[in-house]
Amino acid sequence: MELKKRKKDFSGAIFLGIVRLMFFFLVFVLILLLGKIFIEGIGVISLEFLIDSPKNNMTEGGIGPAIFGTIAVTLLMVIFTVPLGVFSAIYLNEYAKDTFFTRIIRTSINNLAGVPSIVFGLFGLGFFILFIGKNLDEILQTGLLFGQPALLWASATLAVLVLPIVIVSTLEALNSVPKSHRDASYGLGATKWQTTKNVVLPQARPGILTGTILAISRGAGETAPILFLGAAFFLPNLPIADLCIGGYCIPMINPTEQFMYLAYHIFIMATQSSNPTKTLPLQYGSTLVLIVLTFLLNITAIIFRYRFRKILGRL
Amino acid sequence: MKEIKIVVKDLNLFYGDKQALKNITLDILAKRVTAFIGPSGCGKSTFLRVLNRMNDLIDNVKTKGEVFIDGVNIYDKSLDIVNLRKNVGMVFQKSNLFPKTIYENIVYGPKINGIRDKKFLDEIVEKTLNQAAIWDEVKDRLNENALSLSGGQQQRLCIARALAVEPEIILMDEPASALDPISTAKIEELIHDLKKEYTIVIVTHNMQQAARVSDQTAFFYLGELIEYDKTTTIFTNPGNKQTEDYVTGRFG
Repeated sequence: MELKKRKKDFSGAIFLGIVRLMFFFLVFVLILLLGKIFIEGIGVISLEFLIDSPKNNMTEGGIGPAIFGTIAVTLLMVIFTVPLGVFSAIYLNEYAKDTFFTRIIRTSINNLAGVPSIVFGLFGLGFFILFIGKNLDEILQTGLLFGQPALLWASATLAVLVLPIVIVSTLEALNSVPKSHRDASYGLGATKWQTTKNVVLPQARPGILTGTILAISRGAGETAPILFLGAAFFLPNLPIADLCIGGYCIPMINPTEQFMYLAYHIFIMATQSSNPTKTLPLQYGSTLVLIVLTFLLNITAIIFRYRFRKILGRL
Repeated sequence: MKEIKIVVKDLNLFYGDKQALKNITLDILAKRVTAFIGPSGCGKSTFLRVLNRMNDLIDNVKTKGEVFIDGVNIYDKSLDIVNLRKNVGMVFQKSNLFPKTIYENIVYGPKINGIRDKKFLDEIVEKTLNQAAIWDEVKDRLNENALSLSGGQQQRLCIARALAVEPEIILMDEPASALDPISTAKIEELIHDLKKEYTIVIVTHNMQQAARVSDQTAFFYLGELIEYDKTTTIFTNPGNKQTEDYVTGRFG
């Protein structure tokens, strides 16, 4: 037997070189971007910056109302989107038969995720404010209460925007529950609902949570859809109203108010500032806060997913 | 006269247009072990799933014919399928314990049937784990994840879980095919003990296993029941050439 010497693999080496170059370029850009924001932004961050309202035409002060508005809107968004998305996914995966009709629905959900967010904004304006809001005002005789841009409609619109994320991740989570576990449950005399409730949902929960968190981080970073839906240029008063029941009053988010929003605030500071040099550091600070906020949410999602995989890996 | 538990009359089953079972007629004896043997794809597992209507969960399956358990036609439209599956337990080829504790796996069935009393549930757990001959191995770790057990232990736990809803019939779909010889021996021993109280139907690929554990054996081939008789007869003096070829290992 004659054993040959190894030949040099030139095309392989070139390919590896290109791939490596691309990778390091990407890492470089990412570090540059995040590093710049971090270095420029960290200086302005203080407790006052996180709590105070903007002052002096946004050249001073903090971003408190914008952070509050972002949290309020995303909170309401979650309340709208999670039950709707999770129940739709349960229906699609567990109950609906695989027909032409349900296949069209599945495809539509995936396509919905690709619609530009500005389209959702216009949809929200047309559907929620001009149709639902205006008609609500007429029916309830509330004057102009619902038929105008407000936190409620911004949340509802963002809820529609992130709905595909919630549905798709819930579908995946439900799908990954082994059929053998369902069989075991049916074999013991469980009904469909008992099986879904006791076997399928507990195992799908981490996946559903992951989807929810991803939806939040997506919603919190959106600007375009809320442009027409109540995001305010400057609004130092928080959208809060006292909810009084029998003499006890608790401050609650008032969904009919307008609000400030971090992502929109950054956009405003970048485009509408009267004094760009003084606004710039605040812009970096706000961007850093928004990035850290979404980053934390994503980290939480990753931890959930990791634990989920670990559980499944043992099966 | 031996007591007959299940009567199957002219059973035909279709997956879409494809016929998987053809005119099956047989009686299954109470408190005996009946083995279904035959090459892969012969319909023996499908037929097993006819007996607790698990095939209903698959789209496109059509079943024609009659199956009587204790005189009741289980394919009658008014029959409560959930109740049927409580009375006809099933153990699957691969252990399919829930990713829960040992205790929770056993009480899953009783709980969905409305038993809430903690003391009663504890009793069920001890009783069924004893019946499945696994109590001594797991009694100190009832609150550990069931998936931390070995493959053989998991399968016996599956049997215990099936027993916890107090069925009269237990269907086993190749319960030992994924196990080592020692675990297989334990399962076979267990089957032998269980037939004192339960009617057991077992599908197996392993002919020695069928010969060891069963009283009656049915040989299936291409969706047809070729021969059904006492196990000793099937293995020593089969009436059919195909059966003889199969049990002597000439094909399959």
